[in-house]
Amino acid sequence: MSVVILPEAFNPWQLLEDYQQKMSELDGKYGATAVFVGTMRDFNEGDNISQMFLEHYPGMTEKHLEKICTQATADYGLLDSLVVHRVGKINPNDPIVLVAVWTAHRKQAFEACREIMEDLKSRAPFWKKEQLNTGKKRWVEKNTKGY
Amino acid sequence: MGIAVKFFASMRDLMGDDRELDAPIIQQHNIKTVDDIWNYCAAGKERPVNVLVAVNMDYVDGTTSVKDGDEVAFFPPVTGG
Repeated sequence: MSVVILPEAFNPWQLLEDYQQKMSELDGKYGATAVFVGTMRDFNEGDNISQMFLEHYPGMTEKHLEKICTQATADYGLLDSLVVHRVGKINPNDPIVLVAVWTAHRKQAFEACREIMEDLKSRAPFWKKEQLNTGKKRWVEKNTKGY
Repeated sequence: MGIAVKFFASMRDLMGDDRELDAPIIQQHNIKTVDDIWNYCAAGKERPVNVLVAVNMDYVDGTTSVKDGDEVAFFPPVTGG
């Protein structure tokens, strides 16, 4: 299980490949890998967005994400899990979040990946401040419901 | 040691900088719960209905007791991911 908060841009696919290569002790054990990647859009609520700043609560963010992954491991029998989240200045098309889980079977993988992502969206202490193309800045007030 | 009070995102815009409540302040203002901390720091400002609270980085509600050495944080609904 690994939780990473990154202040700089990252390539989720490269990171995933690097991580999986270090999981050699699980070779032959997992039959399913489910991955979610969230990417920054250049629009929101009818406005064009030029940039975003992602604030977090250092310490609590990591603690909460670890708690989510620990719970998912108990509930779905995860063999491993990886959560990576950007903070700081983010540009459109930048990856924001990566969630990956490894399980024996696909049902648990799909469900656990979804549950980790939904909990992250609703409970992990991150906050987005958007900058519109007009130069105006505003806090995003809430996330849309995933279910 | 005192109680560290943190505000994040739009809550910082509303409340200003983080605070450190020392023992005399805690005693003088009879601060016992999270709600007491809000009332002291807000100085009359209305509390947004959707504000979230954490003590020592765990979610709690306003009636939760606080003690010397705690870290209390107020923040708006989260918007990560």
